[in-house]
Amino acid sequence: MRIALFITCFNDTMFPDTGKSVVRVLRRLGHEVEFPYGQTCCGQMHFNTGHRREARPIARGFAETFAPYDAVVTPSGSCAAMVREGHPVLAEGARGKGADRFRAQVAEVAPRVYEFSEFLVDVLGVTDVGAYFPHSVTYHPTCHSARVLGVGDRPVRLLRAVRGLQLAPLPRAAECCGFGGTFALKNAETSTEIGRDKAAAVLESGAQVLCAGDNSCLMHIGGLLSRQHAGVKIMHLADILAATGPHPDLPAFPSGDLAYPVPDPVHPGPLPPDAAAAAAARHEFPFEKGAAR
Amino acid sequence: MTAVRPEPTFLGIPPFPEAAHTALADLHLRANLRKATHTIRERRAAVVGEMPDWEKLRRAGAAIKDDVLAHLPRYLEQLEASVTAAGGTVHWARDAAEANAIVVGIAREHGTDEVVKIKSMATQEIGLNNALAAAGIRAWETDLAELIVQLGHDLPSHILVPAVHKNRAEIRDIFAAGMGDAGRPAPDGLTDRPADLAEAARQHLREKFLRAKVAVSGGNFAVAETGTVCVVESEGNGRMCLTLPDVLITVLGIEKLLPTWQDMEVFLQLLPRSSTGERMNPYTSMWTGVTEGDGPRSFHLVLLDNGRTDVLADPVGRQALRCIRCSACLNVCPVYERTGGQAYGSVYPGPIGAVLTPQLRGINQHDVDPQTASLPYASTLCGACREACPVDIDIPAILTRQRAQLADLGRGPVHRGEQAAMKAAAGAFAEPWRLGLAQHAASFSRHFIGRKGKIGKVPRLLAGPLAGWTASRDAPAAPPESFRSWFKRTDGGLTEGDPATAGSPADGGLEEL
Repeated sequence: MRIALFITCFNDTMFPDTGKSVVRVLRRLGHEVEFPYGQTCCGQMHFNTGHRREARPIARGFAETFAPYDAVVTPSGSCAAMVREGHPVLAEGARGKGADRFRAQVAEVAPRVYEFSEFLVDVLGVTDVGAYFPHSVTYHPTCHSARVLGVGDRPVRLLRAVRGLQLAPLPRAAECCGFGGTFALKNAETSTEIGRDKAAAVLESGAQVLCAGDNSCLMHIGGLLSRQHAGVKIMHLADILAATGPHPDLPAFPSGDLAYPVPDPVHPGPLPPDAAAAAAARHEFPFEKGAAR
Repeated sequence: MTAVRPEPTFLGIPPFPEAAHTALADLHLRANLRKATHTIRERRAAVVGEMPDWEKLRRAGAAIKDDVLAHLPRYLEQLEASVTAAGGTVHWARDAAEANAIVVGIAREHGTDEVVKIKSMATQEIGLNNALAAAGIRAWETDLAELIVQLGHDLPSHILVPAVHKNRAEIRDIFAAGMGDAGRPAPDGLTDRPADLAEAARQHLREKFLRAKVAVSGGNFAVAETGTVCVVESEGNGRMCLTLPDVLITVLGIEKLLPTWQDMEVFLQLLPRSSTGERMNPYTSMWTGVTEGDGPRSFHLVLLDNGRTDVLADPVGRQALRCIRCSACLNVCPVYERTGGQAYGSVYPGPIGAVLTPQLRGINQHDVDPQTASLPYASTLCGACREACPVDIDIPAILTRQRAQLADLGRGPVHRGEQAAMKAAAGAFAEPWRLGLAQHAASFSRHFIGRKGKIGKVPRLLAGPLAGWTASRDAPAAPPESFRSWFKRTDGGLTEGDPATAGSPADGGLEEL
């Protein structure tokens, strides 16, 4: 299987580490991923803002670039949704020379484009990717991944299989974060107000890390949290699945003990007496005990 | 002829972002909206969730409406024939002015200076109350929420609950101040207890029901096969209007048709569950023409086009005509929840309003006004509306289509700067090497705009439209190396060992987070 990575223009420029994480996870699972250098963008910003004339050649370029591959994996729910739902609309409206080829290519390529969690669960058939991340994490299902792609619980199943990770439920998770692409600029105030409620829900979850499958939504929610100095880290799903140790910026979280209350991520207090004893018992090495005897 | 005070209209409401600015600052409004939308959202979710065949019902609803829209002339003529055969009179109105003239004419014919009204979106759309006012005829709204809006000289903000932006303390004040001018005053010492408010409204409205000779209604459905018109409501005030006066005038959008009586089966399941979150609404009134000794003695059906056939011409936009005005899309919309309905500047607010209003007003024309042109952008495209829609209207698809229509016309909030920026971006995306160049520029910018890897507040003068972002949100500064440069330099991380060693994940993002 020839796998291509569609990094997306936004991750390419702003969040390259998410791309590295995708490469790392796939390599760990025994798959080499190719990076076609001809790729640029899916055209979503143009399409969603109404500039279809400009979006069309971008979509055409996408189809040309990724036609030779069996599967295209991308760490963005909304870009995958754009390719699968938007490109057929653009191809349909194409006229003139090459329009038929464009339509045929889109029909071929678009169904083979997978959002990262879909690719892992559906194509590779794995949920345990061998990650270790001893922190509390809450997951925001981004609208395009949930409603257009229908990724369902795939990301959550992947997170549950991460060793050490404690998943904190996000209140009112299905609600939009208010990013909406150029909506965030054209209706900046409304976007902000929607986002503030999402940020409040993130704080309510008590998690140290907010995770999602789209860095764009994360940049919006994270930007609000950062301005509030809320002390919550934002991380793409791929970055968590790539992790094999505690994050250097975060206090390690006692793993596997569901009785342990989720601490205030800003000022993690001392362990409650019972939990402290339990944690101490867990960390005692049997052979040391033996040696003492 | 006594002068009748005209009601406020949406004329002069500014474009959406400006109207939203005002609404967002109204904390009272925000609290009322939040409570109302969340309550009804949960109720709807519960009664929809208990239906094992909900998806099938939705698809059936969409299919029936599509059939109606595809064969509209045939069904309309069939309806006209069956209503006429049952003793009713059918009128055809091309636009608001024609429809209003017909209603005013009928009211005058019967020598009345007042009509009672059932809650109706169609009559609001055509501004009937003010047309009647201009003719010296008072229109009394009898739906409780509609009464609150009318007595408060206010504008509606929701399709189903037009006074959703008011809480009960405000309603008490409106009743106490306004009922006296319109008829029976509110009792002294009126409290804001729901039962007291309902009783005050009951007493106030009763004398109007008993006195009125002419009633005006809209209609939820009209069955072409039988000529039956149906009104679905919760309060019973509609039933009063439909049965007590001698004359009944129903103004009906031409898309409200159903082919057969049996089709009601689908819609009477879809509508109450989607709109009020009830399994069945309390009052469902159906009538076929006139019946000797029962109900009104004459029945007039005004079939209203008012832009609908233009909507029908658009292959994507026409699905908006499936709408059964349940308002489920409003209740789940993240934008509506924050701004309320008045910011949309139309009797049709929320997601369905954002797709219907511009189409009815003619978005595809060069003289489209800035307020109308701002509506298709009043959405995050989150798709919650489509998911909730009982007739599966793909609202996001219509929104992006309308944005495309506006961009093609060079109208609306598509300013010159945006056109230029989009063209520039498209140019960068045309060739990978150009994107690389742009990335180098973005990356270089971090040396003078980003501090500790993030960008804080930037003055509007410097940031232009991007100040909208940084006013409330930090932005990450671009990292030193793009993904493509890294992949090329390290052969996908192979030459530097594990790519994770290139840096901890999310480095170069929002560093403080």
